[in-house]
Amino acid sequence: MVNAALVAALVGVPLWAHVAGEPFTITLATRAVIFALAAVGLNLALGLGGLVSLGHAVFFGIGGYAMGILAFHAQNYLPMFPETLAIEGTKSMPVIWLVAVIASALAALVIGLLSLRTAGVYFIMITLAFGQMFYYFTISWSAYGGEDGLSIWVRNGFPGLNTLDPIQFYGLCFTLLCGALWLSHRIARSPFGLMLNAARQVPHRVETVGLDGQRAKLVVFVISGAITGLAGALFADLNRFVSPTMFSWHMSGEIMIFVILGGVARLFGPVAGAVLFVAMEHVLGDLSDYWHIYLGALLLGIVLFARGGVVGLLAGRAKSHD
Amino acid sequence: MSAILIVEQVLNGLQFGVMLFLMAAGLTLIFGVMGLINLAHGSLYMVGAFVAATVAGLTGSFLLALAAAMAAAAMAGAVIEMTVIRRLYHTDHLDQVLATFALILIFSEGTRAIFGSFPLYLDAPALLSGPVTLPLGIEYPRYRLALIAAGLLVALGLWLLIAKTRIGIQIRAGKNDREMIAALGVDIRTLYTFVFALGAALAGLAGALVGAIQSVQVGMGEPVLILAFVVIVIGGIGSIKGAFVGALIVGLTDTLGGIFLPEFFKLFMEPASATQIGASLSSMAIYLLMAAVLIWRPTGLYGVRA
Repeated sequence: MVNAALVAALVGVPLWAHVAGEPFTITLATRAVIFALAAVGLNLALGLGGLVSLGHAVFFGIGGYAMGILAFHAQNYLPMFPETLAIEGTKSMPVIWLVAVIASALAALVIGLLSLRTAGVYFIMITLAFGQMFYYFTISWSAYGGEDGLSIWVRNGFPGLNTLDPIQFYGLCFTLLCGALWLSHRIARSPFGLMLNAARQVPHRVETVGLDGQRAKLVVFVISGAITGLAGALFADLNRFVSPTMFSWHMSGEIMIFVILGGVARLFGPVAGAVLFVAMEHVLGDLSDYWHIYLGALLLGIVLFARGGVVGLLAGRAKSHD
Repeated sequence: MSAILIVEQVLNGLQFGVMLFLMAAGLTLIFGVMGLINLAHGSLYMVGAFVAATVAGLTGSFLLALAAAMAAAAMAGAVIEMTVIRRLYHTDHLDQVLATFALILIFSEGTRAIFGSFPLYLDAPALLSGPVTLPLGIEYPRYRLALIAAGLLVALGLWLLIAKTRIGIQIRAGKNDREMIAALGVDIRTLYTFVFALGAALAGLAGALVGAIQSVQVGMGEPVLILAFVVIVIGGIGSIKGAFVGALIVGLTDTLGGIFLPEFFKLFMEPASATQIGASLSSMAIYLLMAAVLIWRPTGLYGVRA
């Protein structure tokens, strides 16, 4: 029920805004959908794998910079690696998405390999530290704008669509979100997903049966990072701007907030959380400059009193998967 | 690259390190005794700095400002311990991360609402201003030297408290077996509140001391908080000795890396790109160091092996 209402709202509200001629509402919805995509990525690692990653901004940022760097070279007609490879930049979304997904998956592989040697608090801290590492690296990387970030003049194109039209860009993002939801549903139901569930709850028993729980966690961490990376590329395209703040630990915290607001390990939890967050940001942000106080209070309330998040509150907490 | 510059930078690194220790000691104590990760520790640092700047502005007394900063941070710590943190001891780390992240949002925005977005300034006391001449004719700011001394004194005091006093015995016992010491008649709730307030007071003191060499502004606690996390992860979570060693390693690496890495790359690269690469690497150096330590010893230098 909750899920159906959510999907109906995500289809209906932007269409209404398109007809009513309110492009700003469509942009807000696009923002929500992109955040939801990032959170769906994190939810795979957090909900299914039990990996509390406080560094998912790394993948979000890598996706963003994949878009920023490729489009920067394309708009300035500067090839990359001029002496050796001379790769042209690109303004084509599918190519950018592919690069973003591959780059963030590779980063997730390396970070996962190192971080999964630890567990518990150490895992939280080391993922946080990797996030900071990328954050400070991009700040000092003056070739691509350093602290000021990179502006891209025109949104990148998708064959057959006019991405400058808000509703068409929204449609693209929404389709990708649906794809990611479908994928994470399939993963959760697959033998691999069941094994991850078991590895999260009783790691020793999984080892005893002869399954490699650690490797499964690494695989799900990589998939998770890749999805969040794709969201980063879309977010950069929405704003036509990338900057080191995409890597900041506040970003990691916010992606985690989307998941928790909605409900951990729920298929639609991250979507509900992201929509609620963007709605609150907009409504409360208008009411008060200090809306983060209310966000903090709400978050405290959910952590202390409503463990299942919003979806858990509305749909009951008996089911661990929708 | 003269010897004077090197000595100066080593002193800067030490000064940074002991201030990090004040933060890290509280974090590691709270984790060791209560098993809680407290992201809001940086907010207590910020509270200390803001209270110190305000009190110093009103009374003109630096010592009074320091005392007020410690008292205010300890009180803020005790209040959040009794209202929020207490409910988190038996939950998993994810809930702790989120609840304390929520506290950061509340503290930061609350401070912004009260003091505005403009930074405040806190002056070092006149007695400690100006340079001091060290042996070999090295001139060094008197205040920074005082910070090193203050940090080392606090470290000594903390060690005495934990190793020699009755409450220290209870804290150490609480680390090992909380049910047992509760059964022996120690009021564990009060002990937890005390430990949390102690950690908060140390954070507040660090904020007030550093506030005199940096501007006092909202969000100042977060970079320090993350560095303090790196410190306790390197040192081993729960170990005060680890926090001390880790803090000095991180302070020295961060300070010396910023100076020497660009110079090092200049040995075999053209100056412009050497500066660039050196600067990038030095900003990442402590995180690389932390990753290396964790790969070598997954529970830190002095951590308990799982």
